Amino acid sequence: MDDKIPKCNVNSDISNSIPIGPQHPALLEPEYFNIRLDGETIIDADINVGYLHRGIEAALEKKDYVQSVFLTERICGICSSHHTIAYCGAIELLHGAEIPMRAKYIRTIIAELERIHSHMLWLGVVGYEIGLDTLFQLVWRDREHVMDLLEKISGNRVNYAMNKIGGVRRDLDPKILSEISKTMDIIKKQVIHYIDIVSKDNIVILRTKDIGILSKEDAKKYSAVGPVARASGIKYDVRDTGYEAYKYIRFDVITETKGDVFSKVVVRAKELIVSSDIVKHCVKHIPKGDIYIKLPLIVPSGEVVTRVEAPRGELIYYVKSDGTNKPARVKIRTPTYANLLSVKTMLIGHDLADVPVIVVGALDPCFACTDRVTILKQTGNEILDASNLRSIADKKYN
Amino acid sequence: MIKTALFRIKDKILNIARKKSPWVLHYECGGCNGCSIETFACLSPRYDVERFGMQEKGNPRHSDVFAIAGTVTAKNKDVVDLIYHQMSKPKVVVAIGACAISKGIFHDAYNSVGPVDKIIPVDIYVPGCPPKPEAIMDGIIKAIELLETN
Ligand code: SF4
Repeated sequence: MDDKIPKCNVNSDISNSIPIGPQHPALLEPEYFNIRLDGETIIDADINVGYLHRGIEAALEKKDYVQSVFLTERICGICSSHHTIAYCGAIELLHGAEIPMRAKYIRTIIAELERIHSHMLWLGVVGYEIGLDTLFQLVWRDREHVMDLLEKISGNRVNYAMNKIGGVRRDLDPKILSEISKTMDIIKKQVIHYIDIVSKDNIVILRTKDIGILSKEDAKKYSAVGPVARASGIKYDVRDTGYEAYKYIRFDVITETKGDVFSKVVVRAKELIVSSDIVKHCVKHIPKGDIYIKLPLIVPSGEVVTRVEAPRGELIYYVKSDGTNKPARVKIRTPTYANLLSVKTMLIGHDLADVPVIVVGALDPCFACTDRVTILKQTGNEILDASNLRSIADKKYN
Repeated sequence: MIKTALFRIKDKILNIARKKSPWVLHYECGGCNGCSIETFACLSPRYDVERFGMQEKGNPRHSDVFAIAGTVTAKNKDVVDLIYHQMSKPKVVVAIGACAISKGIFHDAYNSVGPVDKIIPVDIYVPGCPPKPEAIMDGIIKAIELLETN
């Protein structure tokens, strides 16, 4: 009798999959999630990226070093100066040259201003996703102060073209320096106000506390970087290695222990305060002197790796030079790429409505950065493992 | 006779309604995101496009204006085409940024198949890398005028 009753596999019978993306109201950039649900609960997630793959690494090999700086800047509009800091830093390392102290300080100021505008952008979008539009409007209003500063310094709001090989392109005069430090006071005051809102507001707490938990072990297992790792209790910040002017600045690395979206909000909000302090310190202690040194167009052969802490985490550049005026190979590992692996762990077990909060709130993804490796085949999907990728690379570079 | 006159009146009323509240759909199809964040900055209190009745909407079927940024990548080509055809008529396409207009800095990247006007018809071009939010707003306002004359 018993074996006549068909066994009911609850999961496979009532589970269904919901496609999210590539174009979706909650996503600012095209990416595709195939979410498998059991009722309202997420049981599996499939992430498909690559919609923004343009072929930048290949295009970089066609350009000379001076031109390629502009292209690396346009890998991602939100962390544009970090890309150029890493790339110019790599080329300066190949030359064995040290850039002037003033240039280092200016680079640090721009990098931290960029971190402030990126974190504020993200905090606003989180407000927008969780249904707290007031936070979005508030944060984006104050973000304009930083954008104004960047425009005053460089003439553009997004891609500033401040860094060049051997230093920076524009100097900061005393007037703008005092304006920067005044703006930082405003930002700091406002950020304290946001932290107050975020820690008391019921919408924020209900929608972010205990959502998308990434434990310390998982964060280590999936090699999370940046604020995502720091919210899970891993004290890892590349600024500690002391590139540019960070060697001369003491600052706190903010960490939280819980690893849910709320801790990520807190980490990023507190980092805003740290960043504004760093900018103020740099403005106060900026040394006098040249802003760049002239370096030859031909770069000595060799290979180097540089790391910087972009707003979203550790950004790695590998540059190989063969003694000509064009890079032989540039490889970029962006922070979102490292963090993407942990998304699945964060999603499983939560409700469908939490997807945007987790994806945007926890990860702060930037797919313009990430999408640089895809194999496109007209016929179906092709999954490549490490050995396939290795053989493709060998074929190309041997 | 009366029927056509009635239709004309209906069209006029619809046009007025459309002009008062155009809904904008934004899609990033392969740029650096710079144009996208500037488009989003239009929603912030400093620029506040909502005072023109515009709203940023995620649904192509509800939208009248398609603001598209970025050079079209191979994987995004069909998506852009699909979104365009999902939008109901009349519709206006605004190409934002150098990438969308002429592939911009990615002109020699192997995976960009754009520019946008190769894939779908474009009505308004907003140049810049990225254009300022004021320019984007101007482009969208021009698009609304076009919507009315359609
Ligand atoms: S036009 Fe410039 S800013 Fe806009 S997406 Fe293209 S590269 Fe980025």
